[in-house]
Amino acid sequence: MRKRQIRKEAPFHLMILPGMLFILTFSYIPMAGIIIAFQKFIPARGLFGDQKWIGLDNFRYVMDLPNFVQVIWNTLYISSFKLVLGLAIPVIFAILLNELKNEAIKRSVQTSIYLPYFLSWVVLGGILIDLLSPSGGLVNAMLKSFGMEPIFFLGDNKWFPTTLIASDIWKNFGYGTIVYMAAITGIDPGLYEAATIDGANRWRKAWHITLPGMRMVIVLLAVLSLGQLLNAGFDQVFNLYSPQVYQSGDILDTFVYRIGLLEAQYGVATAVGFFKSIVSLVLISSAYYIAYRFAKYRIF
Amino acid sequence: MTSRSFQPADPSPPSFRRVGKRFDWFALANSAFLIAVALICILPLIHIIALSFSSSAAAAAGYVKLWPVDFTLASYEFTASRSAFWVSMLTSIQRIAMGTPLNLLLTILVAYPLSKTTEQFRFRLVYAWIFFLTMLFNGGLIPWYITIKQLGLLDSIWALVLPGAVPAFSIVLLLNFFRAVPKEMEESAVIDGASQWTTLWRIYVPISKPAIATLALFSMVEHWNSWFDGLILMGDPSHYPLQSYIQTIVVQMNLGSMSMEELKNLARISDRTLKASQIFLGSLPIIAVYPFLQRFFVKGIVLGSVKG
Repeated sequence: MRKRQIRKEAPFHLMILPGMLFILTFSYIPMAGIIIAFQKFIPARGLFGDQKWIGLDNFRYVMDLPNFVQVIWNTLYISSFKLVLGLAIPVIFAILLNELKNEAIKRSVQTSIYLPYFLSWVVLGGILIDLLSPSGGLVNAMLKSFGMEPIFFLGDNKWFPTTLIASDIWKNFGYGTIVYMAAITGIDPGLYEAATIDGANRWRKAWHITLPGMRMVIVLLAVLSLGQLLNAGFDQVFNLYSPQVYQSGDILDTFVYRIGLLEAQYGVATAVGFFKSIVSLVLISSAYYIAYRFAKYRIF
Repeated sequence: MTSRSFQPADPSPPSFRRVGKRFDWFALANSAFLIAVALICILPLIHIIALSFSSSAAAAAGYVKLWPVDFTLASYEFTASRSAFWVSMLTSIQRIAMGTPLNLLLTILVAYPLSKTTEQFRFRLVYAWIFFLTMLFNGGLIPWYITIKQLGLLDSIWALVLPGAVPAFSIVLLLNFFRAVPKEMEESAVIDGASQWTTLWRIYVPISKPAIATLALFSMVEHWNSWFDGLILMGDPSHYPLQSYIQTIVVQMNLGSMSMEELKNLARISDRTLKASQIFLGSLPIIAVYPFLQRFFVKGIVLGSVKG
């Protein structure tokens, strides 16, 4: 009996084997490679090679860097705004789009709002750099025609975080809107009919039927996005920032990149990455746990 | 959640209809607002396209808004004359040609066993946890980079294809799709003596064609849009895929090694229109597949992220 079961399961093991090998190589070996954080790493001696152990020196070194606290602050500031607005704005758009009765307009709007979602931050970064340029960019040309001073959106520490948050919403809100629209589709049309008969106006219907109908999805996305709190958007920041806005726009990931790959301080950069991974692990695990407990959400 | 497309709950009432005798101001304001937002999403791209077809003088003077001024193909001719552009384009195509089939094959092979019940496959949970952990924790950039370096993959196309060969999100999506396949189909196949391999390739894969097509599209877009791995894993800029190449030109403003001849040409067409043309070329394939993307995408996220 037991043997038969094993033979029956053999094909499953075989199927999953190639994927397993890739995961072990490209996810688990790097995980073990975190030991670099506790070493004075010399690349020539190799990962898992004969390296000098220095305990927590790399971590102490990072803590003493004058801009580390600022980097953490930037990361949290940028990502929490992205997180909150990135959740709320699509909800509003989904409700407004749902109110739109003209199918042609509705479809065109939907088609337009999530085009930016599919473009890379290289392309969008290039577009924004041109559009927001203080000399000749279309946005500043418009500001000037209203009699306003040009704004250096990408070069002024006062404006840079706002620009990051706004452009991130611009790229991604279409995606969220579609997810919420899907949730609205699942709402029983009978509820709206009943409410109409009861004399409910459109605001009451949105508040008492549409919003509660989306509640589960909103909560789920909110909880899951909490796990991304330390991901302030490397692709975006990397393509938009410059040394003059490091003060307001340098985030953990760009910090790791510069220290690690540009300055080749592998141990220090890994220490920062390790710190980020640990905090993220706690956040993501709690997020999944909460999602599982309250929304019966499970991945596998 | 269902996989229906978005039909309105209330079909086909005419727009701006009169409620009783009153004109529906809300509907008008709402449409106007949403159309304005939709324009904000696409006009920047149109502006860039207009720039790319304009003369350098018109671009520098700020005359170009949403339509080319002094129409010219000079920027495109310059781009097309650079062999580095074509080489990186080929690298991108090669990357997709190798990466997407590999992504799909591994996704199917992993998703199928994981979609079984624990009674059918007792180790399911063990494997699922091994995959799940990679979504919770990672080694970070540096250990990842050093791993790839020590495997000797740096500077080869394999560095762009192998590290991301097993896409976790796709596996989750496909395994949920497989679970929705009626049990009876598998049972009858088993009674007919089909092996698990046959069941997978003859029943599950054909039934899941729409889902697999969606994943193929996602994978292609992903590979096309990736730029950071190319930037750090390819030591030689001539091995950059197109997005990394565009990144160095448009964002880093590094025009690289150009001959005198090229620099002379460049003076004629201006930096700005040249960058605009590169940006447009970088987004062109995405725009070309966008109608499909949009259709599949809606199905994909309905299948995947809001299945609860």
